[in-house]
Amino acid sequence: MDPVTAQTITAAAKYLGAGLACIGMGGAAIGVASVFGQYLSGALRNPSAAGGQTGNLFLGFALAEAFGIFSLLIALLLLFVL
Amino acid sequence: MAAATDPIHQFEIHNLVPLLKIGTADIHLTNSAIFMLLAVGLTALLLLGATAGRRLVPTRLQSVAELSYELVAHTLRSTAGEEGMKFFPLVFSLFMFILFCNVIGIIPYTFTVTSHIVITAALALLVFFTVIIHGIWMHGLHWFRLFMPSGIPGWMAPVIVVIELLSFLSRPLSHSVRLFANMLAGHITLKLVASFVVMMGGIGVLGWIGALAPLALTVALTALELLVAFLQAYVFTILTCIYLNDAIHPGH
Repeated sequence: MDPVTAQTITAAAKYLGAGLACIGMGGAAIGVASVFGQYLSGALRNPSAAGGQTGNLFLGFALAEAFGIFSLLIALLLLFVL
Repeated sequence: MAAATDPIHQFEIHNLVPLLKIGTADIHLTNSAIFMLLAVGLTALLLLGATAGRRLVPTRLQSVAELSYELVAHTLRSTAGEEGMKFFPLVFSLFMFILFCNVIGIIPYTFTVTSHIVITAALALLVFFTVIIHGIWMHGLHWFRLFMPSGIPGWMAPVIVVIELLSFLSRPLSHSVRLFANMLAGHITLKLVASFVVMMGGIGVLGWIGALAPLALTVALTALELLVAFLQAYVFTILTCIYLNDAIHPGH
C-alpha cells in the first residue's frame, strides 16, 4: 500500500473511531435521565423527604455523567491528540 | 490563527522560571505551578481573612468559610463516622484545592490545573495509599477482610476476592480520570463552541446574526461548567470519604 493511501485510511479510521466512541454517551444519557426521573417520582410521592436527598441526587448525576465524559474524552483524544 | 482555534492549545505547559537542575532534569516554575500556588494562596487568604475577626453573627466572608467547613464535615461524618474526623484536614484541603483549581480555570486566559492527569492521579494515589497504610496500621492483617465480605459461602470466596481486589485496585484510576476527563472535555467543548462564534463572525453581517446562537450556548456552557467545577470537587471529596471509610471500618 502506498503511503498516501495508508495515511487516508488512518485518518478515516480516526474519525470513525471518534464517532463510535460517542455512542457511549447514549448510555450516560440514559443514566442521567434515570437519576433525575427516579428522584422526581420519589420527590412527588414524598415531598418532605426530597430536600434531604439533593446531595445524593447530584452525586448520582455526577457519577453517571462521568461515563459519558469518558467516551467524549476518547473521541476528543482521537480527533485532536492522536 | 491556528493557535487561536486549536482547542488543545490551552492545556500546554510552559516553563517560566528555571529553578534548579538535578542531574539532567531541569526544574522550572511552570504556569501549572503558578496556578497551583494561586489556588493555595486564595484558599489561605479566604480562610484566614474569614476567621480573623470571629463573630457570633458571621459576616458574608465568614459564612462562606463556615459553609464550606460544614459541607465537608457533614459529608465526612455521614460516610466515615465520627472517627473519620481525624482525616478532616486532608479531606478539607483536597476539597478546597480542587474547588479553587476548577473555578480559577473557568476564567478566560487562565490555566486549569486539574485538566492534567498527572495532577489528579497524584491526588488520587495520595488517597489510595493513605487508605492502605492507615488500614494496615490500625487493623493489621484483619484489614484484608475488606476483600472478603462476611456471610459469603467458602466456595465463592476465590471469585469474590478477585472481584473485590480488582475493584479496589481500579479505584485510583476512576477517581483521577473522572475529575481530569470532566475538566478536559468541558474546556475543549467550551473552546470549540466559542471558536464557532469567531468563524461565523468572519463571514460578514449575516454571520454576526448566526453567531448569536453559539454565543448564547457559550454563556450557558460556562454556567454548566461552573456547576461541574463545584460538583466534581464535591464528588472527589465524597469518594475520598467513602474510601477512607474502608480504612477505618474494613468490615462490610
